[in-house]
Amino acid sequence: MTRAGTSQRSSSTVRVPEKIPVSLTINGFETQLRVAPWTSLLDALRDHLGLTGTKKGCDHGQCGACTVLVDGRRINSCLTLAVMKDGAKVTTIEGLATDGTLHALQQAFIDHDAFQCGYCTPGQICSAAGLIAEGKAKSIDEIRELMSGNICRCGAYPNIVLAIQQAMGQP
Amino acid sequence: MIDFQYARASDVADAVRQIAADPAAKFIAGGTNLIDLMKEDVERPSRLIDISRLPLRSVEETASGGLWIGALVPNSDLAYHPLIAQRYPMLASAILAGASAQLRNMASTGGNLLQRTRCYYFYDVATPCNKRQPGSGCSAIAGLNRMHAILGTSEACIATHPSDMCVALAALDATVHVTGAAGARTIALADFHRLPENTPQRETNLETNEIVTAVELPARGFAANYTYLKIRDRLSYAFALVSVAAALELEGDTIKEARLALGGVAHKPWRDWSAEAALCGQNIGGSAFAHAADVVLRDAKGSGHNTFKIDLARRAIVRALTQAAAGTPQSQSSKKIA
Repeated sequence: MTRAGTSQRSSSTVRVPEKIPVSLTINGFETQLRVAPWTSLLDALRDHLGLTGTKKGCDHGQCGACTVLVDGRRINSCLTLAVMKDGAKVTTIEGLATDGTLHALQQAFIDHDAFQCGYCTPGQICSAAGLIAEGKAKSIDEIRELMSGNICRCGAYPNIVLAIQQAMGQP
Repeated sequence: MIDFQYARASDVADAVRQIAADPAAKFIAGGTNLIDLMKEDVERPSRLIDISRLPLRSVEETASGGLWIGALVPNSDLAYHPLIAQRYPMLASAILAGASAQLRNMASTGGNLLQRTRCYYFYDVATPCNKRQPGSGCSAIAGLNRMHAILGTSEACIATHPSDMCVALAALDATVHVTGAAGARTIALADFHRLPENTPQRETNLETNEIVTAVELPARGFAANYTYLKIRDRLSYAFALVSVAAALELEGDTIKEARLALGGVAHKPWRDWSAEAALCGQNIGGSAFAHAADVVLRDAKGSGHNTFKIDLARRAIVRALTQAAAGTPQSQSSKKIA
């Protein structure tokens, strides 16, 4: 197939977008990259840095699969421009384990079989890490409500709540 | 998403200068709505002016006993702020009824005011929409309009304003502080958003080169008798079909003052002063509450799929006033309607 767009793109009349330098501390490592302004933090992590643990689900902030921690707070990385987070500390699912030991949430998700396909799991775990840091959820109802930004199409919700309770140190 | 330029504003004056220099530019703060709309090609700004680093993040007490809320205070910080939780619990409850924890961490106070409708046709660039493309027609009036407005609609648009926070702010008599090239001014929250009329593309009375700098709350917070009751298709993380912010000041069983505003029913947070007046001096109870609901819904008009909202709103108003009178506000985590 001949693609008109291809030749158009190589013509001198099309402006090549200026890439912007961005400095991020990702999972403790200082990282420099150059991105186009429209690059989401999610795409920067996955496509520029090869950190594919963070998942792209809906890409519209509706499913929570892309949840990461930025400066300690859970956010949807798909609705964040990488350039806006210059200087920020980002923690992804790849950064939760320490020295080969799983994070308490990772272990709890295994213990409680809190997933089936696993696609939403990195987002669920990063979101739960944010939830625990926020310290607002005490009851099961509150855990469920404050995890409602993370959709699990396999329906593993009961086990996800049990896993989070375990990681919170609740019986 | 189309190509765009990215720039940061160094202070409020610089932000106003930059936006005045480029009519196709947009401010970006939390980005939760704007980036989504850009991915859908609904918003096509030539330039994003990043205001997220401006020093508009404080919550401070005002001389008149109210609160000054910087426009960049994240929704989650505002909901959990001790002064909000203590003195304006209806606002905290409304914020926590909206979106998800992640989105509330990102979304700003000013951005919440300026978020755009979630009308499916506004989002779908393949369909006519007077809000997106003035004069092209409204696809919702004869289309799938289950989520749409029943009050204050026009022939041009039946979209709703999606915010929960703004419904509580309207009931609480909040004021919006804005700055433009001509200086600073204030707009009452209840006058901030517009009805669609013939210009649904214009959703607020903010001028294109103005920036929201703060929201101010007056001293009275109605912390004893209030509720924010949100009815939606899912128990969490969904926009309101109907929501009700209700607050009462009681003397015994007599209503001394009432505040009543609805979400999910109109192009703006729908506060009804005549219903509030009808409640004043009445004894709490079903008949006064039902009359107030009738007053709110006197001109309500369904468009087919959303006609059920009229009865839903009537019941929700009575239930919300009952919750407020009893001092048993709706929990946003336990989903059982009290």
